[in-house]
Amino acid sequence: MSYSQPVAAEGGSEFHAPGPGSFELPPIFGDVTKPMLLLALSAVLVFGFFYAATRNASLVPGRLQFAGEMVYGFVRNTMARDNIGSEHYMKFVPYLFTLFTFILVNNYYGVIPFIQFPSFSRIGFIVPLALTSWLLYIGAGIWKHGALGYLKHATMPSGVKGPILLLLVPLEFFSNIIIRPFTLTLRLFGNMFAGHLLLILFATGGAALLASGNLLYGAVGVLSFGLGIGVSFLEMLVMFLQAYVFTLLSSMYIGEALADEH
Amino acid sequence: MEGSINLVGLGLSAIGPGVGIGLIFAAFISGVARQPEAQSRLQSIAILGFVLAEALFIITVALAFVLPL
Repeated sequence: MSYSQPVAAEGGSEFHAPGPGSFELPPIFGDVTKPMLLLALSAVLVFGFFYAATRNASLVPGRLQFAGEMVYGFVRNTMARDNIGSEHYMKFVPYLFTLFTFILVNNYYGVIPFIQFPSFSRIGFIVPLALTSWLLYIGAGIWKHGALGYLKHATMPSGVKGPILLLLVPLEFFSNIIIRPFTLTLRLFGNMFAGHLLLILFATGGAALLASGNLLYGAVGVLSFGLGIGVSFLEMLVMFLQAYVFTLLSSMYIGEALADEH
Repeated sequence: MEGSINLVGLGLSAIGPGVGIGLIFAAFISGVARQPEAQSRLQSIAILGFVLAEALFIITVALAFVLPL
């Protein structure tokens, strides 16, 4: 083994850097894989938590009820009401609240010991969520303005006249109607995928360096574990932020679709 | 040396969003320093700008692994 390949363990087994293949888990039984089970578990967890939090709801909330109400208030007030407007926002709160808690639980699977797999690092699970948001804001726009009215509302910026519209209308159509579900999907997927890949890299790389038998490599391995812990904390922030951003953008799109002409 | 040239592009694509996110939070911090009571309003705007700037890099992360060498 030559020294030009410092990541190769000297014990004979070569270190394989983690890649997209690390996310293709073998099925547990039948065609069911780990992320599928985790997704189902997250629905149970979210339902169970909020059922327990609201079962004995009283005027003076207990600890659990307070926690549940804090999450609900966060979604309802800072996302739905601020972005959709006080007239129609309550219609969308159930969807946004479900979306936020569901994404939050699924993201935090990435740092929970023994689970350690953010189910949204598989892109297939995010596509339905983004499509639901897409259909919802387009549906809301059509409900408010009518089909043609919404098309005009979404593609023609108010106060613009003349030939510049020839340029602006396709651009606005592209960015407001076509691109949005893609960026919603890719943002969540990319963050979860990249973050988890980084964690795998630091953990397996650190283990390979420690097992290499060389003292200096071992020291770097310890450094790698330390960095892995730091990145875990960064990931915990990013996981919350992505759930927040997905819900925030969904509510902003809905609010924009419902906005009056001015 | 072996590896994918895509990853070089990934590194390059991190420069722009890095500068952009830095500018966004610099503006956010100085805005809050001038007017601390505006923090909650500025925060959601800053995070929105942050994710929009970050989207470019995230799309590149996806493409770097999807595109063939």
